[in-house]
Amino acid sequence: MRKQQTGQSMDRVDGRLKVTGGAKYFADHHMEDLLYAALVCSPISSGTIKSIDTTKALRAPGVADIVSHLNAPRVPAYQSAKAGDKNGLQIFKDDRIYSNGQPVAIVVANTLERAVHAASLVAVQYNQETHYTDMNASMGKAFQNNRMKDYLRGEAGAWEKAAVTHSATYTLPLEVHNPMELAGIIAHWTTPDTLTLWAKTQGVKSVQETIQELFQLPEQNITVHSQFVGGGFGMALRIWPLEIATILAAKKIRRPVKLVITREQMFTLVGYRPSATQQLSIGATAEGKLTGITHQAVAITSPYEDFTEGIVAMSKFMYACPNVDTKYQLVPLNISTPVWMRGPGEATGSFALESALDELAHKLKMDPLQLRILNHADIDPERNLPFSSKYLKEAYALGAEKIGWSARKPVPRSTEENGMLVGYGMSSGTFGAYRGKATVSATLKADGALILQSAAADIGPGTATAMVQIAADVTGMPPEKITFMLGESAYPFAPEQGGSSTVSTVGSAVTDACKALQQQLGTMAIAHIPAFKGSTPETIIYEDGYLLPPNRENKITPEALLQQQQLPEVKVTATSQGGPERKKYSMYSFSVHFAKVLVHPATGVVRIQHIVSVADAGTIVNSKTARSQMIGGVVGGIGMALTEEAILDHRFGRFVNNNLADYHVAVNADTPPTDVYFINKKDPYINPMGAKGMGEIALIGFAAAISNAVFNATGKRVRDLPITPDKVLNTPVTV
Amino acid sequence: MNQFSYVRPTSLKAAIEAVAKNNARFIAGGTNLLDLMKNGVIISDKLVDINRLPLKDIQLDNGVLHIGSLVLNSDLAEHELVKTHHPLLSQALLAGASQQLRNMATVGGNMMQRTRCSYYYDTTMPCNKRSPNSGCGALGGINRMHAIFGANDNCIAVHPSDMCVALAALDATVLVSGPKGDRHIPFTDFHRLPGNTPQLDNNLGKNELITAVEIPANNFTKNVYYLKVRDRASYAFALVSVAAALDIRDGVIQQARLAMGGVAHKPWRLPDAEKALTGKAPTVENFRIAANIATQSAKTYKHNAFKTALATNSIQTALLKATTV
Ligand SMILES: Cc1cc2nc3c(=O)[nH]c(=O)nc-3n(C[C@H](O)[C@H](O)[C@H](O)COP(=O)(O)OP(=O)(O)OC[C@H]3O[C@@H](n4cnc5c(N)ncnc54)[C@H](O)[C@@H]3O)c2cc1C
Repeated sequence: MRKQQTGQSMDRVDGRLKVTGGAKYFADHHMEDLLYAALVCSPISSGTIKSIDTTKALRAPGVADIVSHLNAPRVPAYQSAKAGDKNGLQIFKDDRIYSNGQPVAIVVANTLERAVHAASLVAVQYNQETHYTDMNASMGKAFQNNRMKDYLRGEAGAWEKAAVTHSATYTLPLEVHNPMELAGIIAHWTTPDTLTLWAKTQGVKSVQETIQELFQLPEQNITVHSQFVGGGFGMALRIWPLEIATILAAKKIRRPVKLVITREQMFTLVGYRPSATQQLSIGATAEGKLTGITHQAVAITSPYEDFTEGIVAMSKFMYACPNVDTKYQLVPLNISTPVWMRGPGEATGSFALESALDELAHKLKMDPLQLRILNHADIDPERNLPFSSKYLKEAYALGAEKIGWSARKPVPRSTEENGMLVGYGMSSGTFGAYRGKATVSATLKADGALILQSAAADIGPGTATAMVQIAADVTGMPPEKITFMLGESAYPFAPEQGGSSTVSTVGSAVTDACKALQQQLGTMAIAHIPAFKGSTPETIIYEDGYLLPPNRENKITPEALLQQQQLPEVKVTATSQGGPERKKYSMYSFSVHFAKVLVHPATGVVRIQHIVSVADAGTIVNSKTARSQMIGGVVGGIGMALTEEAILDHRFGRFVNNNLADYHVAVNADTPPTDVYFINKKDPYINPMGAKGMGEIALIGFAAAISNAVFNATGKRVRDLPITPDKVLNTPVTV
Repeated sequence: MNQFSYVRPTSLKAAIEAVAKNNARFIAGGTNLLDLMKNGVIISDKLVDINRLPLKDIQLDNGVLHIGSLVLNSDLAEHELVKTHHPLLSQALLAGASQQLRNMATVGGNMMQRTRCSYYYDTTMPCNKRSPNSGCGALGGINRMHAIFGANDNCIAVHPSDMCVALAALDATVLVSGPKGDRHIPFTDFHRLPGNTPQLDNNLGKNELITAVEIPANNFTKNVYYLKVRDRASYAFALVSVAAALDIRDGVIQQARLAMGGVAHKPWRLPDAEKALTGKAPTVENFRIAANIATQSAKTYKHNAFKTALATNSIQTALLKATTV
């Protein structure tokens, strides 16, 4: 038998291309007649455009055109939208300004430099109106969106009656994805109603669908290419106004147009993790049994869309607690729409929940790990269903051992190393393990190559690599002979790469397509090869890339079969989706984070010395890319815990740190040795591979592990992220 | 960015002549100037690239270390003469920016870099430094990173350099050449406080070029420390930084030098604290007294009140680290 491929640390199939510059990202594409675009963005945060003077800009060298609401081609779907609908920002529809940085015009020229310069020459006059960008000052406007109704299990506010209680407010600032690759698009109308796009997206099919609806064109008239994406973290899960602006400019000028936005514009045009304030209240018996959790969250959104996510989700099912109530409200501000950012709402919510648990443990004089184990949810208390698989207790034990949890002193501020206060902290995270619907085509060529195609995306996790491994195990073929192609709207449907679901969804379809291919080959062998006569496709044996009749007395390779039939290829297509198991089981991935931190008592500087993250994510398909995925989440988590915050000056509604020098993502020096462990036990129900999602749990819960460790080191509880030196200094010792 | 012309003279004279015409500017590593030009903060019609001038030497002459203004920050930090004679400077350089930036940044450019105040960088916001009489955006705005010493309502920005803090502590001298000839400026007089001319960062004359920096001989080879407190472990500007240099003999501080970064419009020397340390034993208590003296005149704003305590603590920490090597 050939070696099993899933579980191996196979190198990325496109690794060489990526590190040698051979991988073509959207902006790397070039074509004849290509023009370059730059956006003119509003410096006011609310009001209307009074006038746009393009005289000077149009006279600048190389300028082809300037498109704004004054002259943009019609977008058919804009007209059919009902007034008052929260349909998002309809770019260039009218003169209304909703937020700072909103594009008001797009300048197109024959070089990027000329477009940028001309954009600075466009003179826009505004009628300014009062804007609101401060959530705390706008709490009166908080409202509830119907998608996120209040939740109640048992009695509301039951925590208050408990023997031991804790209630506090936890706040998170606005965070920006800031992947290395900037957003943008190339739009090329090859005929007045045929459009080709090179996009930065987490889903070519969703881009196609959005454009199809907006421009009311048939699906086949829109082609979207997106083979390589330089990071997404959620920001590329939808089409943004900047892309529509480019498409409109290309339509008007009748030439292909490329837009790549600036780093500064990444703060206002492609979403962000919404700032949120959360009141988390929790009560337990004197022995530490949870009796009530009340979780109330308020987060920001834009004036023209209600963005909701799973902020309060984890509090409903993570712990066995009879009484839980949650509330989630939105505050609309003059700021662009948020979007999912890695670990989306759960990362925000888990900071509150997992910090509160630590605070409760402290009051109970109990080890916070013990408190979690004591309240472990053996079944999902929200849906009252068994979990499809859950090895959280194993993960706790493994993580505790690897970090050396026994060295943790229960009394804060009691350990010092070389003048630094030492603390240990831990937390848990969870995220739904999903499986959607996807279609994969499998083509076997006469030379024995297997080509799989699906309109999936790879924003970095190594999708094609995992798919090749899965296909290799189903077919018994060597991975070198298998190619997985993605990122083309012409391929069979796959959903967006989001919610940690690609391996589950597309991997299942790969499995089914490979099986369908085997069926087809089997049928062919039965019909044409004497040794196979009389057998049924189900009884044919597939082994190491061969087909064998049930008696094993013969074997043939698929390519020999094709050659014998003089067929250039055999192609099958399979669609796959989950079944009733999703109704019978509650499916989640789990993570556990442990950290050892050092805090300088005089300056408040926090240094993380060691991190252990353990994932219960079912079968690990590729141990190398899975490890990278977890480390990436940890790095994002360090940013969330210690450094990241996009700061607005509310007087202007403008960000003051909209660049990578001042918006601090964690750098190498912030990132300590990180040990990643996987439980690596198959989930029996979720999908054929038994693989649950991993991308989100890598980050969810992490920030709380750090703040809990800072408390253990210093006796200071910082409930307002990020934990910068000034906050550590300003927070009193509370033990 | 506007269109501009570009020249690359090979002599000092030609460079000074070239910069005198058409709203021209010198460019060295370009790590600061290009960002400012791209943001429209600085508009220049001509760039005079000085990288071909013979100003890249480092020599020790009668105990005086001469450093050409085009020496790269990375080269200077690793130079044997610097590491042995002025380790404080080496430490300060290595605390600045990132390896990639230090590989491009020059000594002259580092001294001339503009503040990182967000209001200076954003041309839609008020800023007296960028656009005199438009007001100080930071005063009533986000001022967590801003000055606690020597500022006024015209400008509360800080000078962002780390290198300059060490050079101020080491009593360096700046050598400049201009249309009217050569002159020397004591390092501590090179940068200015905002006063009524916040648009001026320093006392370099129009069309003058920094040719070198010189550091006199000293005894600060052992008990030195550059402490930089920042929001992430690398590649971030200082919340506060402290350059501490002590000459300790016979258990007594013979001479002390203290300067701070991230707290004022210029590298901030702390003469009163230095005086308080001179002739004293290097004890925790004496460090505490000196640190408290140093921060007595601090004036803070809405978001940077933490800097007074942080500065006090950081001075003590730097002194402690300087004495426990
Ligand atoms: C992201 C980022 C982070 C940074 N972090 C830090 C940090 O932590 N600490 C720190 O200290 N610095 C930091 N820096 C600043 C960096 O040190 C400066 O950009 C650099 O030192 C400037 O040198 P340069 O040679 O590139 O100057 P240039 O950009 O070429 O020039 C800057 C200015 O100096 C003038 N100039 C240059 N040479 C001369 C000369 N010989 N005579 C007269 N005028 C001259 C130019 O005309 C221009 O106005 C950072 C910079 C960036 C971009």
